[in-house]
Order: sequence, then C-alpha cells, then structure tokens
Amino acid sequence: MTTTHGTSTAQDEGPVVRIIDLHKNFGSVEVLKGVNLEVQRGEVMVILGRSGSGKSTMLRCINHLEQPTAGTVIVDGEVMGHRISGGRLHELKPSAVARQRAKTGMVFQSYHLFPHMTVMENVIEAPRKVKGVAKDEAIRLAQAALKDVGMAHKADAYPSTLSGGQQQRVAIARALVMNPTVMLFDEPTSALDPELVGEVLDVMKRLAQTGMTMIVVTHEIGFARSVADEVVFMAEGTLVEQGPPSQVIDAPLHEATRTFIKSIL
Amino acid sequence: MFARTSTVGTRVPAGVTPPSQIVPLRHPGRTASAIVVLLLAFGLGWSLLTNPGFGWPTVLHYLFNQKILDGLKTTLILTFSAESLGIVFGVVLAACRMSQNRVLSTVAGAYLWFFRGTPLLVQLVFWYNLSALYPRIALGIPFTHHVFWSANTNDVLSLWLVAILGLTLNESAYMAEIVRGGLLSVPRHQAEAASALGMSRFGTFTRIVLPQALRVIVPPTGNQAIGMLKSSALVSVIALADLLYSAQLIYAMNFQTIPLLVVVSLWYLVWTTVLSSIQSRIERHYGRGVHASVAPTGVQWRKAMEGVRAGVAMRATLRAGGERA
Repeated sequence: MTTTHGTSTAQDEGPVVRIIDLHKNFGSVEVLKGVNLEVQRGEVMVILGRSGSGKSTMLRCINHLEQPTAGTVIVDGEVMGHRISGGRLHELKPSAVARQRAKTGMVFQSYHLFPHMTVMENVIEAPRKVKGVAKDEAIRLAQAALKDVGMAHKADAYPSTLSGGQQQRVAIARALVMNPTVMLFDEPTSALDPELVGEVLDVMKRLAQTGMTMIVVTHEIGFARSVADEVVFMAEGTLVEQGPPSQVIDAPLHEATRTFIKSIL
Repeated sequence: MFARTSTVGTRVPAGVTPPSQIVPLRHPGRTASAIVVLLLAFGLGWSLLTNPGFGWPTVLHYLFNQKILDGLKTTLILTFSAESLGIVFGVVLAACRMSQNRVLSTVAGAYLWFFRGTPLLVQLVFWYNLSALYPRIALGIPFTHHVFWSANTNDVLSLWLVAILGLTLNESAYMAEIVRGGLLSVPRHQAEAASALGMSRFGTFTRIVLPQALRVIVPPTGNQAIGMLKSSALVSVIALADLLYSAQLIYAMNFQTIPLLVVVSLWYLVWTTVLSSIQSRIERHYGRGVHASVAPTGVQWRKAMEGVRAGVAMRATLRAGGERA
C-alpha cells in the first residue's frame, strides 16, 4: 500500500487508543459495564463476542458515534468528545467532535456508501469538505486509496452497481483517504456473501502489514489467528479475556471464551 | 404422441423430447377492452369538434387576448412566488418540527394543525379582512410604548401581498410535511457514515442527507406546484385579476361562458405540462445512483418503445413459427 499512516510524531509513545472505565446504558439496559482497554500503535486488535456483548457499542464509543454514559476514551493522546475542566468532563460542541472523529476511520457492516455519489465522489467527499483539500489533490489521493483496495477501475461507478465486497473495499478506501490514526472495523464481512469475504479480508490483511493500527470486531477466527496481535473476548458488557491469539483462541483460560470459540469454529 | 392430462398440462413419457418453441398465451380480453375504450374516445373527440357549444372560433379569438394574457401572467407570478416561498418556509417548519427543542416542534405542529385544518379560501378572505381585526400594524417592543415603525394595515397589505401571503402560509404547511417525509426516508446510517468521516452537521445535511431526501421530496413538490397553479385561482375571491378572474370579467360581459372556460383550461393545461416536464428533469437529476426509479427521457422513451415494437414483432414471428410446427 502506498498511503502513509500515523504521521503524528508527538504521540508516538504510548497507546493510540485508551479506554478507561467505559460505561454505556441504553435506557435502563447497561451495555458496557466499565471496560478498560489499551491499543498500541501498529497493533491489530480483534474483538470477539456474541451479539449483544457490547463489542460494537464499544467500537462506536471510540469515535463518539455513541456518547458514553461515563468513562473516557483517549485517541492519540486526546480525550474524545470531552474537555476536562474542574475535575469533570464537559461535552464538546458537535463541530469539535467532528474534527476529532476525522482521526479515526470507520468501516461499517453494511458499507454505508453514499448512494447518490460515484465511487470517486464518495472517496473525495471527506478530504474536500473536512480537510479542505483541493479537488485535483483529493482525486489524486482517492486514486491512490482506490488502487490500494483494488477498486481504481470502478471510480466512475455508482455503489448500487457494485457487489457487496466491492462496496466494502470502497468504504475502506473512503476511510483510508483521510489518513486516520486508527481504523475501526465493525463486522466488516458479516453482510457479505461467503465468496466475497476473502477479498475484503485480503485488503484488511495488507492494511495491517503497512503498520496501520486496527480494531476489528469480527467473527472471522481465521483472520484473528493469522493477523491479530491481540485478541479480546467480551461478554455481557465486560472484557473477559485478552491476550495473543495463541492464548485466547487456542487455549482460552475462561470457560465462557472456550464455549464461544467452540461454537463458531 | 403427447397425451392431454386431466389437469391443464401435458404428460411427457420418459425418453420423449418435448418441443422447445413457445407460443405466447393470447389475451382476447385486452383487445376487446381496447376497442371499447377507443370507440368511447373517438365519440368524445367527435363531439368536442362538432358541438357548436364549445365555440372554437371564440376560443381562438380569446386565446391570446391581452386581458387573458395579463391574467395568465398574474397566475404564473403568484404560483412561482408562493410556491418558492412556501418551499423555503416549509423547510424551516420541517426543521422546527424535527427539532429536539420541544417548544419549536410543538409550535411548528400547531402551525401545521391550523393551516392544514382550515380551508385555503377562508384563510385568503381572512387575510383580506385583517384590517378589521388589526387596523394598524406596528413594530416595537411589546408592553412598552417604544414603536419603531407603524402603518395602516390596508396600506401595507396590498391585494398582491394578501394573495402571496395567504397562498404561502398555507403551502408551507403542506411542504413542511413533504420535506419531513423526505428527510425521514434517508436511513440514519447515512448521516452516521458522514459524521464518522468527520463531516460537520451542516455538511452532513447539505451534502449527504438533503440530496437523498430530494429524490423523495421532488415528486410530491411537483404535485404541489401543479396544485398551486390551479388553487391560485381562489384569489379571484379577493378580486385579484388572475387567469380565471380575467376570463370571468370577459364572460360577464359577452356571456360566452363555455368558450372562455375552455380558454382558461387550455392555458392551465399548457402550464401544468411545462411544470411536469420541469419536475421530471429535476427527478432525473436526483435519481442518480438509483436503478429503475428514474422517469425516462424522450430518448429513453423512444428506445423503450422500440423495444416493445421489437418484442411484438418477435412474438408474431414466434407465433407464425409455432403454427407451422
């Protein structure tokens, strides 16, 4: 891949993402019950767990698509969504949160490309409108990002004419073109036909090799085993087990992890 | 060789190859109904041409009459200004209605309830008679004696202003619901994907949500514009000389009621046609990226019709072939 990632120099020491005592309630339902997690620079972290275990919610709290009920998320040394003052967290204005979000790239389960825009327009939209990049430059960046995911030949196509795997690869390019510090993947292959899963996982594998920091919520055990540096198993809003894939997948310490791994293998 | 079965199908014994040519099912009902409708249409057309009551020479005489053309101009200006203002105000109302601010959404809801709940005709007459309720209009600080500006209500509210005000306030209530429906039709995850990219709320709205909502908003708005063209005729009750009122003035003098109503109808038809074609153009623009829901252009129509003709020809050939076999 040709795009450069993680240009920040001041924050090169320490974890890229720190999650500290994160709580999230939806009404009276407690979805996250105090999660603590650190993701190091260049690390690929895979999060496993049954649906409803809170793994997607945690991912969405990292870029503040969900507002945490309590707790802190720190990305690249900066508190997300809040300003600390007088010993408390104060909500930031939406425009400030938007600026912070540009540091994280997110890939959704159902791609969520903009249907009224061509592939190229999808990819240049954020550089143009968020970073104010000139059109020629944005197109150049987009072409590079599309080439990285093998979609340069479809630049003028509308999303509705593409397969699910192609749409997801464009979605990855759309996030990558913003040169994010960390990439968040929310079940990126769960909506795909089985024969299309491979092409998306291949793109993610190559991205991992470039040293991109990645947090991936997935059920793809094969991907976790071969690409992840760290695997986390979540259940009922808490972090049950964390460690290298050789431990969490092949020799889990907890009964809950063992049962889950057995059920999806 | 092939035995008819008790059902409508045919039994094919093992080892026998059935024919592969297909004879399409005939539809005698379609032909019969088409003939009936064509006869009725012909009868109607014949009476249109031959009934002297339509007074076609009179129609031609008044079609480009200066008073009629002036009335048409009034109607078009009213339609254009009231519809555009109605759309702008409707968007604001829709935004208020969908706002998290309970005060704004309740007030917007009350506005819709009132303006959709009373007849436009009553509203127009009401604005026309506003001076009976408020003889003077003033701009100042409420509950004090500070007044920056004041004037007689009747001096401010000219006939034109009453007409545009009445039509706009009513129209905006309907447009607000159309806009709200359009915005709700865009899946929430679209806005989410945009904010995940770091786009501002304004950028998300103008670049991502609104263009997709417009695909849903444009067709009923076209409907509204066409409706407005005709409901603007209601301003004749406040004696503003629109197209209908101008014709009424003429037939009150010469009693050529039917021919003049034909003149009026022809002009309304011409402009509804113009508005529909503008609508389908805008629809095509916002239909980008969506399959098969775009109104076809003239060229596409011709291609489609060629396709139909080709299909018919092919079917005829097949039928001939089938009969030979």
